[in-house]
Order: sequence, then C-alpha cells, then structure tokens
Amino acid sequence: MKIILEKRAQQSKIMAYASPVLAIGLTVILGGIIFALAGYDPQTALYYYFVEPLTNFWSIEEVIVKATPLILIGAGLAICFSANIWNIGAEGQLTMGALVGSFIPVMFTDWQSPLVLLLMLVMGAMGGAAWAGLVAFLKNKFNVNEILTSLMLVYVAQYILDWFVRGPWRDPNGYNFPKSVSFEGWQLLPTYGDGRMHIGALIALIVVVLLTIMMTRSLKGFEIRAIGNSRRAGAFAGFSYKGMTWFCFLLSGALAGLAGIMEVAGPAGQLLPSISPGYGFTAIIVAFLGRLNPMGVLLAGILLAISYLGGDGAQMELGVSVKTAQVFQGMLLFLILTFDTLIRYKVKIIRSQTAEGELT
Amino acid sequence: MASARGKTGDASNEVYLLEAKNITKKFGEFTANDNVSIALKAGEIHALLGENGAGKSTLVKMMYGSLQPTSGTLFWNGEQVEINNPSMARDLGIGMVFQHFSLFESLNVVENIILAIPEEDDIAALAVKIEKVSAQYGLPLEPYAVVADLSVGERQRIEIVRCLLQEPRLLIMDEPTAVLTPQEAEQLFITLRKLTAEGVAILYISHRLEEVRKLCHDATILRRGIVVDNVDPQQETAQSLAQLMVGEAIHKIEARSAKKLGKTLLKTQNLNLKSGLQFGVDLIDINLDVRAGEVLAIAGIAGNGQSELFDALSGETRVSKKSTIQLNGVDCGTRGIRFRRKCEAAFAPEERLGHGAVPSFKLSENVILTRHDSDDDLVRYGFMDGKLMKAIAARITKKRDVRVSKTDPEAESLSGGNLQKFIVGRELDRAPKVLIVNQPTWGVDAGAAAMIRQALINCAGRNAAVLVISQDLDEIFELADRIAVISRGQLSKSFAVEDMTFEKVGLLMAGAHEKALPADNDAADNDAADVEVEDNGAPV
Repeated sequence: MKIILEKRAQQSKIMAYASPVLAIGLTVILGGIIFALAGYDPQTALYYYFVEPLTNFWSIEEVIVKATPLILIGAGLAICFSANIWNIGAEGQLTMGALVGSFIPVMFTDWQSPLVLLLMLVMGAMGGAAWAGLVAFLKNKFNVNEILTSLMLVYVAQYILDWFVRGPWRDPNGYNFPKSVSFEGWQLLPTYGDGRMHIGALIALIVVVLLTIMMTRSLKGFEIRAIGNSRRAGAFAGFSYKGMTWFCFLLSGALAGLAGIMEVAGPAGQLLPSISPGYGFTAIIVAFLGRLNPMGVLLAGILLAISYLGGDGAQMELGVSVKTAQVFQGMLLFLILTFDTLIRYKVKIIRSQTAEGELT
Repeated sequence: MASARGKTGDASNEVYLLEAKNITKKFGEFTANDNVSIALKAGEIHALLGENGAGKSTLVKMMYGSLQPTSGTLFWNGEQVEINNPSMARDLGIGMVFQHFSLFESLNVVENIILAIPEEDDIAALAVKIEKVSAQYGLPLEPYAVVADLSVGERQRIEIVRCLLQEPRLLIMDEPTAVLTPQEAEQLFITLRKLTAEGVAILYISHRLEEVRKLCHDATILRRGIVVDNVDPQQETAQSLAQLMVGEAIHKIEARSAKKLGKTLLKTQNLNLKSGLQFGVDLIDINLDVRAGEVLAIAGIAGNGQSELFDALSGETRVSKKSTIQLNGVDCGTRGIRFRRKCEAAFAPEERLGHGAVPSFKLSENVILTRHDSDDDLVRYGFMDGKLMKAIAARITKKRDVRVSKTDPEAESLSGGNLQKFIVGRELDRAPKVLIVNQPTWGVDAGAAAMIRQALINCAGRNAAVLVISQDLDEIFELADRIAVISRGQLSKSFAVEDMTFEKVGLLMAGAHEKALPADNDAADNDAADVEVEDNGAPV
C-alpha cells in the first residue's frame, strides 16, 4: 500500500481564502487541547492569548508596535515567495539593518537633525539589503541554494551584532552591560499615544499599499507572478531570473533592515545583543497566512502580533511558558501549508503496488 | 512481408481474444467512454482511431488495468475478467508499449528490462534472451548499450522487447510511429506482422491514417467517448477515415497562389551551441535562411535538437557572436528575446503550458507575457493597461475561433487545441515579420490543426518569413516551401518541397547528412549502415 498526492484538476478559489481561516480555527482548538493536557483551563488560557491583548488601549498599541516589523518583513517575503524565491533569513537582514542603521547615533552621538533619522532609516534598509544581496550573489554566481545561505547568514549576523555591542560599540558609561549608548532626540522615531507606538506603523502601511499596487497593476508585479508560476514561461517573456533574484532579495532585505533599525530607534532606543523575538522567522508565517498578498499580510501581521502579546500575558497571568507562543506559531504554519497542499492535491491510497505502467 | 499481410487464418476463430462490452468510464461529470464495445481477434492488427480527447487512452488504460471501468465488462478468451492493475494484465498476456517511454537513461538495456521483470535476476542470461528475441523479431538491440546513447527508435525497441519477453498475446501500442523515421516505421511494421502471424493480437493507436490503412485489419473509431463506426481500413481512404474521426469534413488547406519572395529575414551562420543539460543536444554548424513570403519547415525526430534550436533562435539561450543570428536584418545573436521581439520577430514554443503560457494566468495576462515590450501601449510607465489587455485577448479569441467557457479564462482551462490557437493567434496578431514555431500542432485536434496550418501559410502570404519546426511529416509537406531536416543537432541543406519525398526526408532524419564528428565516428558509421538496411521497406 502506498499513499500518493494526486494533483487536482480544479482548485477551489474559495478554499484558497478559507484555508488561513481554517488553519487559525484548528490552531485554536489544538492549542486548547494542549493547554488542557498541561493542566490549564483551556478557556482561560485562550482568553489570555487571543482576547485579552485587545481589551485595553495599552495593549492595542503594543499589538501595533509588534505588528509593524512583522508586516514590513512579511510583505517583503510575500513578494519573494510569490516569485518562488526563498528568503528564510529575514531575521539576519533585520539584525544587519539594526546594526548598520545604528552607525550614526553610535559614532556621532551628539549630531541632532531630522537628517539623522532619515539617514538611519536609509542605512538600515541598505544594511538589510546588502546582507540579503550576499545571498542573491551566491545564488546567481555559484547556484548556491538560497534557503541554506539566507538561513545560515542569520547566525553570522547575530554574532557580528553581538561582537559590536560587547566590543567597540559598548556604552562606556553602561557599567559593562552589553548595549550601546541610549539614542536621543532625532535618533529616535517620533512616537504617539502612550509612547511606544511609533511612526513605523505608518511606514508599514504605506509599504503595504505600494506593494499592493505593484503586484496588481505594474509590469514588475506581473513579472514576479509569471516567474513564480512558471520560470520557463517567465524566461520566454524575457524576464531575467537572475534579475528577479536580485530584486527579491534586495527588496525583502531592505524591508527587513528597515524593520530592524525601527526596532532600535523605536521600542528599544539603543542597540542590544538581541533586538527581535524572532520577527524575521515569524514573518514567514505572516507571509503565508496573508496568502502572499500584501493586504493579507497586514491582517496576518496583526494576528501574530496578538499571539506574541498573548504569550507574554499568559506567562504573567497563568505561568505558561512564553515558548507556547512559538508552539502556536509553528502549528499555524504547519496547518496552513497542509491546507494549501490539500487544496492543490488530493490524497490517494493505492492498495496494491502497480508497476511501470503507472509511472508514465 | 506480403504473406503475413492477408486476412487468412484468423476468420475461423469465433471466440475473441479480448472483448470489451458496453464499457463506460466517468471522471466526475465527464464521460470519457460511453458504452464502448470493441472486440479483438488473435492474429489481427486492430486500429483504434480518434482525435485527442476522444477516449482512446482511457479505453486502453482499462484494458491494461491502470483504470477501472465505471460499468461494463471485459472478456478474455470468452471469460469475464476484472483487470485490477497492470501486473494482472501482464499475467493474462497483455503487454503495452507507451508513447512516452519509461526508461532510465543512465542504465543499459538489460538493466532497464530487468527492472520490469521482478522474477528475473540473472543479467547475463537475460542478455542472451534479449538477443534471441530481438533477432527473432527483427528488433536489433545491443543488450549492454546505455540508453542515453540510443536513438528514439532503439529506445522503443527496448520497450517492445520488454513486452515480448513476457510472451504477450495482446500487444497495445500507443502511437508507436510518432517518434520514428519512415524507414524505422517500416521496420516496425515488419515486426508487427511477424507477431500477428504467430497469433498475437495488436491494438494499434495512431492518428496516421495512411499507415493504419496499410497495416491494420480492422478499425474502431471513437469520437467524444462513443464508438462511431467499425470499418475495414483497407476499404477506406485516409480522407474518409479522417471524416469519421472528426465528424465533419476537414477544412482543406489552401496553398498560396503567388509566390514572390522578398529579402532574407531570418538567417543563421554557423550556429554552434553546447547544450548545458546532461542529455541535451549540441547544435552543430547550423546554417539556414528564410526569405519573406516563404515557409521553411524543419523535420526531424523529437529530441534531435529542435528545442535547442528554437531556444537559440528565440534568444532564450544566447550565442557569443552577434552576427550568428540575424532577424529582420538585425544581428541579434547576443541579444535576448525581448530585443528580438522588437525586431518584429515572434515565437511560439512547443510546450504550451508553462512555456508559451503561464497556466494559472488569464488569457489577457498571457497577452502581456509576450507583448509587454513590443506593443507600445500595453505597458506605460511600468503599468499595464488592463482594458487593452482584455481587448486584445478578446480580439484573438474571436479571430482564431478559440472556444472558451467564459470570457478571459485561465490558460490551463483551455483544451490543447484551443490554447494553441490562442498562442499562435497572439503572435500572428502582431503581424510579425519573422515567425518561428516549434511543433505547431503537436497534440492538437484535427480541426484546430487545420486552422493553425492555414494561419501559418497566410502569415507567409503576408510577406513574413515563417520557420516551422515539426515532427509531423504530413504537416511538413502541407506547409513547407522548402524542407530541411535536423538530426543530432545538425541541419541538412534545405530542398524545395517539390524535390522531396518521404523517403528522402526519412534518410535525412536518420542522419544521412551528418558530418562524422571525430568523437562520434563509430556511431555515425553505424547509422549509415542502418539506413541502407532499412531502406528496403516500401514507401509509406
């Protein structure tokens, strides 16, 4: 007996949009079961995870703070994945963006001007793009698998950051703690509300709108979709796959780098050895949950931000490990990919082994 | 040869070897076979005719056990049987030679065969058996040759020998001559007649009607899943068989009247190109030229460098010298496909889905695919004009009679023939100066094929240079003003169609024009010898 996946002749359009909803629903149910098995009341636990973060202003602001990098990075990754190009290392590009973007405030502590902030954002984006560009270069030049290189470069980036904040960029008056000087004035993003929500949310929103227009109306968006659907047809159209590889990595790297510097110039206010709770990886889930569609990424980003916050809340209120949030995220990605596969293929069980005739 | 051909001896046998009664097969809503009955006699070659999608493959797959009928019964020697899988079919004595071979290129002949016969484990003994069977039936085969080095004809022999080793009583052959030269086909017919003389029944699927008329004793014709007739093909003409298949008179292709040729619009000079792929074909010294107003057709068996040549001409692969390829008077060997389209050249590749069109894209989006650069208005400041895209798609759909179920459907929802009409129509709609088409009617139904061929001829009539690469000899002779043949990456000189015959093309297909290459010396010599032997066959 063997189980095979058989391609469906017709793929349901409705199911393509229903799949994230089903995946979320099933994640919640499975999550409840896990809580019950661990000895918590599932209803209370789920309440802290998914509802409580939306019950007061402070936490709604916090959701937006956390959704901002997820949406920025997720939107970039959605473009990459649409072209069938796999940037798994946004976390590293975020790190590099944070590092390069911090150059001015760390080296020229006293410089205060709106230009400083602008330069920080630009350099952050360039840092992320350069780090991702390394992956594109290796892929185009030596045909190295981008999944491996982009992922491995995450760890390289993190160690470089670590070295900087413990070494040359350590705050001389910081009692030897591994952190840079605190940023001030124009070295920080303008904030709103109670003080943590910053202008990055607006930037993320603008990026989503621009990318939506690009994907639906422009020839570039067409090129991305054509190459993603059929590389050969893309080549027939005259679209360069190598060019596309550069474009996707530079764009998604720049957005991840921007997210990185905005974390530093926003909530953190200084460079620390660890600046992200895995936003770059979670953004992969955001991209898929958002159907590789920038607008969908907006919603998915908010949802996953809630789960981050809910994880913190549940830890404080119930003593559930904060890692549970990662279990949720993992389940969500697993389920959504499963549903997507089942939309495209049906499972067929073949009872007896058939021979070469079946292979043709 | 002639002795095996008559209908002697098989009429006395009243019990059919295999009989299918009232077979119906449904896939969801779609009925692929509707109440189909067919009866095969021992020692008979029975043709199964029909257009693409008529239900031929479905029917034979049920006989071979890869599909199960929704209703209806199969009888083997008069006894009711259920064939649940291909190995049951083989145990009964049913063998099948598929159109697409399932061979491992990096293994040799014996290794490939032993994989299919689990009970056999002695390579040397099997090699002896293979030699014996192949000698007995005139299927020359070297047991230890690696498949990658073999021609398509030789690969088919492996498939046939593989079946014969299991001593089948019914042999199902799916379009066996589609990949053969006329001489190789003639050789195959000798083998088939030998088999029938021994009492083996052969179910022969083909769309080459002349061949069916000569070879087969009986013919069942399917149309849209229904048996429309059962005839003696030797009493029919190719025309009458075609009419039965299609159900209507086929539009006869009109040749152009005036033939005033203009300047040379397509030219290659010593085009050499190494293939990057492991089993790809290198192009060697290809020289061709096509003038405005004429059709040059390139014949050849699949896999002899056709797609490599197409890619080199379209610019999907580039060459190192600019002047190697000239389109519309512009040197563009080093330039890509976008530049070449701007030189008013247009291209239609062999693979429709995934090369000529993006399967999940709508027709209007597929218009953009090849015309985003060359049509000034389609893309402005980097943005696509949605209205114009749809208007062009609608115009092509109407003009080329592309049958669609809704306005602007996805490319993958169209049948092969309709999609091909759209793809060729998309390029013709630009009124190109140079048109290069690879396998224009491969797998396309007869009605659509006739329309496409007519459109190609008309395109040349409007003073374009048209290059058609095709495996279909009938098509070649219908379309061409001049014919050249490609084999193993080498292109023969071109000959006016009046001076060409099937035999001549066949010899060239087998490599008669190839220059012996230093590294490939032996192979080339062997081939030349083969040709002489095979040339004894009667003309097709």
